[in-house]
Amino acid sequence: MLKGKQTWWFENKPVIIGAATVVGPDEGEGPLAADFDLIHPELDMQQKSWEKAERLLLEQATDFAVLHAGLKKDDIQFYIGGDLLNQIISNSFAARSLGAPYIGMFGACSTSMETLALAAQLIDSGNAQHTMAGTVSHNCTAEKQFRYPTEYGSQKPPTAQYTVTGAGAAVLAATGNGPIVECATIGKVMDLGITDPFNMGAAMAPAAVDTLTAHFNDTGRSPSDYDLIVTGDLASVGHPIAKELLIRDGVPMNDTVFTDCGLMVYDINKQKVQAGGSGCGCSAVVTYGHLLKKVQNGDLKRILVAATGALLSPLSFQQGESIPCIAHAVAISAKGV
Amino acid sequence: MSTSSAGGGSYQKMSMSPKEYQDFAKQREPSRSILTNCIKAFVIGGLICVLGQFIQELYIHLAGMDKKAASNPTVATLIFISVVLTSLGIYDKIAQWAGAGTAVPVTGFANSMCSAALEHRAEGLVLGVGANMFKLAGSVIVYGTVAAFFVGIGHLIFGTGGNH
Repeated sequence: MLKGKQTWWFENKPVIIGAATVVGPDEGEGPLAADFDLIHPELDMQQKSWEKAERLLLEQATDFAVLHAGLKKDDIQFYIGGDLLNQIISNSFAARSLGAPYIGMFGACSTSMETLALAAQLIDSGNAQHTMAGTVSHNCTAEKQFRYPTEYGSQKPPTAQYTVTGAGAAVLAATGNGPIVECATIGKVMDLGITDPFNMGAAMAPAAVDTLTAHFNDTGRSPSDYDLIVTGDLASVGHPIAKELLIRDGVPMNDTVFTDCGLMVYDINKQKVQAGGSGCGCSAVVTYGHLLKKVQNGDLKRILVAATGALLSPLSFQQGESIPCIAHAVAISAKGV
Repeated sequence: MSTSSAGGGSYQKMSMSPKEYQDFAKQREPSRSILTNCIKAFVIGGLICVLGQFIQELYIHLAGMDKKAASNPTVATLIFISVVLTSLGIYDKIAQWAGAGTAVPVTGFANSMCSAALEHRAEGLVLGVGANMFKLAGSVIVYGTVAAFFVGIGHLIFGTGGNH
């Protein structure tokens, strides 16, 4: 049901009955290591290309998620996925081995919540009994496609972010045990003219602000209704900007715990990740690996995840275009809240 | 400001023009110390040159070459070292610290070609390695040649000194 202007309210309470995360070595050295289902010790994962390694991450995450949900691959009626690579090849190729009807989506790093929102919508509307949402990113494929060859010796500025190597998948059902997807606010594209691809945090912050404000206005909720609100990958430059903008406009963000997946996935003081994590794997592994467990064991009752995405292409920024950004927010709660 | 007393409800949408926001974001960028960066680049770049000089002396004294003959194998040796460090995944880590210190010398040029060749090996020898090897180094060659052309014209017109 549409609530307000841009929020889907899921009356039938779709349940996340299983989720899984698979990550690379750097995430495995981060503070959330214990929450991931599988940690690969090498970036190449014994594959012949970075792209194949990325695909493997997603295939493993979706396999584990189906297993955790107590289902078989055939039970997944729709798989909704997306990633950062051109023509979202990681998802299309992984969907080939999954064999489920597939909807590919692109929302850059916001894809994690974009796919979760649609997967929940399909359940809520009665169009499916079981759906799965999945997303993946790999540090080296992102470097290769958006920046320079991985071994190229360029100095990254402190505003740059480190793309997370990781995949996350969640299986949703109409009934079952697990956290509930309460509602989803679909974001608008925001572009305030930031052109620096090494400062994505600042480019994406207004999108997060816009979507969060819309979410509160649509639902009549306030930040204090959530035990935790996280943005996707604004990191140490963008996140404080988003917080400052929200508070400036009178949204009481200090009433809740407001943080960012890009600041949680690494120890940014010890690991050499500049401003923090990014990539669609960032919010996916933090949400599906860490936060869902916290909701399930009762540490958190209700959370809001606003995944942020920079919708640029290597071509668009080379042509001097600014960076359009988007954020999608999904509210997840423990059963019975 | 919040106009709802029942906690939540109508909050004001972000009110900043793009220009205001760009300034706002600029002020919140962590500063980069240009001085420290320059010193690091100077020291590392200098050390690479010292290494080059050392290698050249080795060719002169051990292989009995004269200064001019020793310069080509010296450059080749530096390139070799850079390529090995790139392949082992070490060069980019030094470069993050050293900045222009590792980018400007011939080792940086070698790194740009080697890293592109490695990265695109998966796309095959022709369309991958061959077509992408000069992806970064190509600009250096193009503008290096263009600059040399204009310097040469200047030399012809003004007849200023140089090696004949």
